[in-house]
Amino acid sequence: MTAAPAGIMHAVTEDDVRMGLGKVFDPELDEPITELGFVRSVRVDDVDGGTGALVRVHLRLPTSFCSPNFAYLMASDSKDVIAALPGVAAVVVELDDHHDSDLINAGLAADAGYRGTFLHEAEDSLEELRWTFRRKAHTAAMERCLTGLLRADPTLRVEDVGGMHLGDLPAGRETDALMRRRAALGLPGDADASVLVDDDGRPYPADAVPLALRRARSTRISIDGNAHFCRGLLRTRYEGSGADQAFRPEGAEPSDLFPLLPLTTKESST
Amino acid sequence: MYSKDGENYFIVDAHIALWDARPENQRNIHGKQFIDCFYDYHRNLSPESEVWSYEDYLYQGGERLMKDLFTDGYVDHAIFQPAYLGEFYHRGFGQTEEAYGLAAAHPDKLTYNHCFDPRNGEAGLDQLRADHERMGFTGVKLYTAEWHGESRGYKLSDPWASRYFEECRALGIKNIHVHKGPTIRPLDRDAFDVSDVDHAATDFTDLNFIVEHVGLPRLEDFCWIATQEPNVHGGLAVAMPFMHTRPRYFAQIIGELIYWIGEDRIQFSSDYALWTPRWLVEQFVDFQIPEDMTEYAPLTIEQKKKILGLNAAKMYDIPVPADLRLPDAEETATGPRQPERADLASAQ
Repeated sequence: MTAAPAGIMHAVTEDDVRMGLGKVFDPELDEPITELGFVRSVRVDDVDGGTGALVRVHLRLPTSFCSPNFAYLMASDSKDVIAALPGVAAVVVELDDHHDSDLINAGLAADAGYRGTFLHEAEDSLEELRWTFRRKAHTAAMERCLTGLLRADPTLRVEDVGGMHLGDLPAGRETDALMRRRAALGLPGDADASVLVDDDGRPYPADAVPLALRRARSTRISIDGNAHFCRGLLRTRYEGSGADQAFRPEGAEPSDLFPLLPLTTKESST
Repeated sequence: MYSKDGENYFIVDAHIALWDARPENQRNIHGKQFIDCFYDYHRNLSPESEVWSYEDYLYQGGERLMKDLFTDGYVDHAIFQPAYLGEFYHRGFGQTEEAYGLAAAHPDKLTYNHCFDPRNGEAGLDQLRADHERMGFTGVKLYTAEWHGESRGYKLSDPWASRYFEECRALGIKNIHVHKGPTIRPLDRDAFDVSDVDHAATDFTDLNFIVEHVGLPRLEDFCWIATQEPNVHGGLAVAMPFMHTRPRYFAQIIGELIYWIGEDRIQFSSDYALWTPRWLVEQFVDFQIPEDMTEYAPLTIEQKKKILGLNAAKMYDIPVPADLRLPDAEETATGPRQPERADLASAQ
């Protein structure tokens, strides 16, 4: 970091830190940790006679047994984004109440890295794990867009969605999300690119389209279900943590918005 | 048995436990963390009227179990699926001897499944043979996220797991219930990955592999594997209570399962004592797919009867009164069961 002239240096604030943490994603749920309520506390103190800041962040997760590889990724990504903020002299990130809290916190404090933290349990890196969930996030975003088209136009047949292009999608949250996921995988964002593609961007032959869409649907259901269950467990575990969570429309139940609205179901048949 | 609107349902609770998580049995902080995690699941997903006190949750004992399942819970038969967790609890979490004793005293109501850990090697195989000789079980519960010395998890594709499955085959243990942990080793990959089930199910086609929690949180991976392997089944432990708090999510879970693996391979369970069966049975019989989910057909009464008991009864040869039995659906053994349902428009 280039030293700023004395007096011009912008002092790091709690908001700056939270903004930075907004770029840290839960790789599995594909959402910023700030929207999931995983940031428990942020504290900023001046050190070195006011020339730099010591930032202390505590993270919390929905259960003690959340997967430690995801827990480590979120904690180490948090430390990296805060350390990169101008004016930060030191960062302490601690994960609270997890079965591997001691291990992970010691590894972070020593900047031991993934392999240095987990020793014999780590093989190489967590990059492939990140890619696995980037692909799933793209699959889910793709299904949301295509199912949206099918619901909006009852004359559209499922076989036809294989021929849909990015330019056929209406502007909006779901299309924006798909474009971001495509970019994360390095897939083109051109209007004439197919929407329904595999992880490498290849479209499906017509007869494989219905099954590909159904498989994508199961991925979308899974991610949405997990995202809401994790939110709910965090609220159960930490009283008041719901105030730190952003509403997630994908996979929301009527009770998330309108607690008194009854569910309309199909007639039972035999 | 549960009766509603002139229909009778034979209930098999295919995944129950008799656990002891009281402080005196907790070996370390992880014993407390583990039961606290369960209790948060319980508090988060239960109707308010069904929430237990923390103290009640730590230990139930046989008498309370019999009352919750058979007196109050409509259950005709239940199957113990013990998780050992010896690294977290002095005398283990699932109380195997107590459960075995209770099942021996009530053979018409309870089936005892055992557990093993392939990391125990040759000595564990000897133990499995001796345990089987004494207890005579036909099923086992495997918890792949079990901690074991330096190891914090294993895979069903590990060579030693194959040795144990060969022994199961020789002993006549045919039902392998798998609870996918978060398995820690190797940490590089998804801890909830279910691909090792595919490996084992392909190598041991004469064994049944019942994936508990229907693979949650990896429903999509489970469905994809299970649709290709006729000997892979789905257990609804932990999935059932979503019916109350998140009915749209539950509808999609059931809809996907019926599409990918069909109505004959899904088994109900309360996961007692995580939850109690009474409200789950009542709510499931009343449950229906939301109207706007045109990709799923409505659940039929026959499908509910199979899921609530007939499927597990068939797997475990549990006698079912003749008037409550149902034939298998005439469906493909692999691949999607309702291919026409792949088409949203055709479901209009």
